[in-house]
Amino acid sequence: MESKPAVKDRYTDLYLNNIASIEKGSSPFMNSFRKEAVERFADMGIPGRTNEAYRYTNLDIWFRHEFNSYFMPGPGDFERAAKFSCEVEDLDVHNLVLLNGFYPSNNGKLRQPGSGITIGSLTENHYGRYAASDTDGLIHLNTAMASDGVFIHVPRGMVPDKPIQIVNLVYSKEDIFNQHRNLIVVEDNAEATIIICDHTLSPSRFLTNAVTEVYVGRNARFSIIRVQNEHNNAAKLTHTFIHQERDSQATSINITLHGGLVRNSTYHYLGGEGASTNSAGLYLTDKTQHVDNYVNVDHAYPNCTSNQLFKGVLDDVATGAFNGRILVRKGAQGTRAYQSNNSILLTDDARMDTKPQLEIFADDVKCSHGATVGQLDENALFYLTSRGIARREARLMLMFGFAHEVIQEIPVEALRERMDTLVMQRLRGELSRCASCMVKCG
Amino acid sequence: MLVIDNLKASINGKQILKGISLHVKEGEVHAIMGPNGSGKSTLAAILAGREFAAIDGGSVSYFGRNLLDMAPEERSRDGLFLGFQYPIEIPGVSMVNFMKTAINEHRKYRGLEPLSASDFLKLMREKKELVEIDSTLTNRSVNEGFSGGEKKKNEIFQMAMLEPRLAILDETDSGLDIDALRIVANGVNKLKRKDSSVIVITHYQRLLDFIVPDVVHVLYDGRIVKTAGKELALELEEKGYDWIKKEAEKTEESWRVNPQ
Repeated sequence: MESKPAVKDRYTDLYLNNIASIEKGSSPFMNSFRKEAVERFADMGIPGRTNEAYRYTNLDIWFRHEFNSYFMPGPGDFERAAKFSCEVEDLDVHNLVLLNGFYPSNNGKLRQPGSGITIGSLTENHYGRYAASDTDGLIHLNTAMASDGVFIHVPRGMVPDKPIQIVNLVYSKEDIFNQHRNLIVVEDNAEATIIICDHTLSPSRFLTNAVTEVYVGRNARFSIIRVQNEHNNAAKLTHTFIHQERDSQATSINITLHGGLVRNSTYHYLGGEGASTNSAGLYLTDKTQHVDNYVNVDHAYPNCTSNQLFKGVLDDVATGAFNGRILVRKGAQGTRAYQSNNSILLTDDARMDTKPQLEIFADDVKCSHGATVGQLDENALFYLTSRGIARREARLMLMFGFAHEVIQEIPVEALRERMDTLVMQRLRGELSRCASCMVKCG
Repeated sequence: MLVIDNLKASINGKQILKGISLHVKEGEVHAIMGPNGSGKSTLAAILAGREFAAIDGGSVSYFGRNLLDMAPEERSRDGLFLGFQYPIEIPGVSMVNFMKTAINEHRKYRGLEPLSASDFLKLMREKKELVEIDSTLTNRSVNEGFSGGEKKKNEIFQMAMLEPRLAILDETDSGLDIDALRIVANGVNKLKRKDSSVIVITHYQRLLDFIVPDVVHVLYDGRIVKTAGKELALELEEKGYDWIKKEAEKTEESWRVNPQ
């Protein structure tokens, strides 16, 4: 289950050499988790190809690389980050900018944008409760070493006036390894929509290992939309844990526009009767990019619904993986769980591995899964060109139509429209430069 | 306008078209009839530029140009239109976006500016009325979830939008009830101009009650075995295709015995 000891030891050493400064820059509550987490990481290590959930993604070369320490950016860096405006800038949101995983107003300084909502650096309650894993050492590595991130709290019955956007920037002249942690708590009957944008701002080599924990209370509604646009020299590993109480609704959408290596693990725990969850993803890859989506839906209570829809277009020698697990526990009667993964390969050298994994221990259950890997439909291409549309344009229209099905799942209309434009730009090859980004992606 | 000369084509080594010659002049309506499997749809698809059959010989000239050398989109921009027997469903591509892109590609080819959004919508509305197509259909993805009749009407709607010089309608009547048939035929007749031509490919005579052809050809086993006026369609309706088959086989036999 592990990679060679040398690599693992490098990261336990990193912990031991820096624990003093990590703890200094962090809260006592977060610090109380570190010792156990690093021990668990030492047991489990970095997931290798023999780990079933990482079968198609090779992390070894990334973790072998000599990264510099990733700790606290300087004030000049924050100033620079503040100037950044992202593709969805015109969206009406509460905006937060994180730099290398750090919230600029560090150490418990909180913002309260009305309606009783709190946004700020990470603190307490709910922290470390949902991000559990017996197979993935990276989650424990994050718990051991992450010292900052965003904490969002929406109190009981509150509905924020607009979505909250977290812009995650990575900027450094040196190659860095960074880890951060988000905690989002949406109490009973409350609502929250979170948009996370992942960006790289300088061409250095980056490895990010991020964990987000979400608690969705009874009858609450929660959406998280992650938009990823990083350069080819960046690896992004995200682990999102969404814990739902009864009658709650959650939506998670990962839109990967670009990235050297991207691995999104999304864990949905349906922890109360009548909860429903919607997990979707879109990946558009070319050159040597690799995108891996891992989804784990845990139906622990009766009458819950889950729906997975992951689609992607792979060009050149790009590779992709999808691993969707549905677990229906004993007693989770009346479960409805659906899964679909469709990919289009534009070349003979692109590759997609898709693996459904259904484990059902209840008998009154409706489950389905389907996966397709294919090419653009020649009949549809001919139909479009026979109306005077150039073949290149017709291909774009088909790819866009294919991708649009995932974009439609986005619950914020303005973001949906913006995403349509971004995806079209991406397919046209016009998104090599983000609005104010100096890095040429690809 | 269109001159097909001794066109031969095969699919996977099997000869489907065995030497077709056809001459369509401006303003004419031709009907191509024939039993299933005679090569009607293959001919239509080759004319529209679908690359699935190998051309083994012969030529097709369209306004003096070699049609077979043109890409499907060029053929369309030069006024050729194929009404599909089985229109394709394209999820995620909206009718509006599809038609807007097509219209503007046609305009660009003619050196015109793209249509403004309001002019485009006006044009859509006008043409929708012409073919009596349900207004909500154009808000959906191309042909997605359309009934058989709606798909066929949608073909005529696209034809109305693009105003072709030569329209080839491949079994547009199949699967239509009589009301839909009348609407489709009316659409075609209203769109007909003095300088435009139509090739109606059909298995049955009934569409030809509404779209009256100048010339009727019978295609059988990859050859045009009979060409006559519109009365031929009625004769076929009455007697079926068997007599044509017998006649054709006789000719084939005599040809084998006494090759020219």
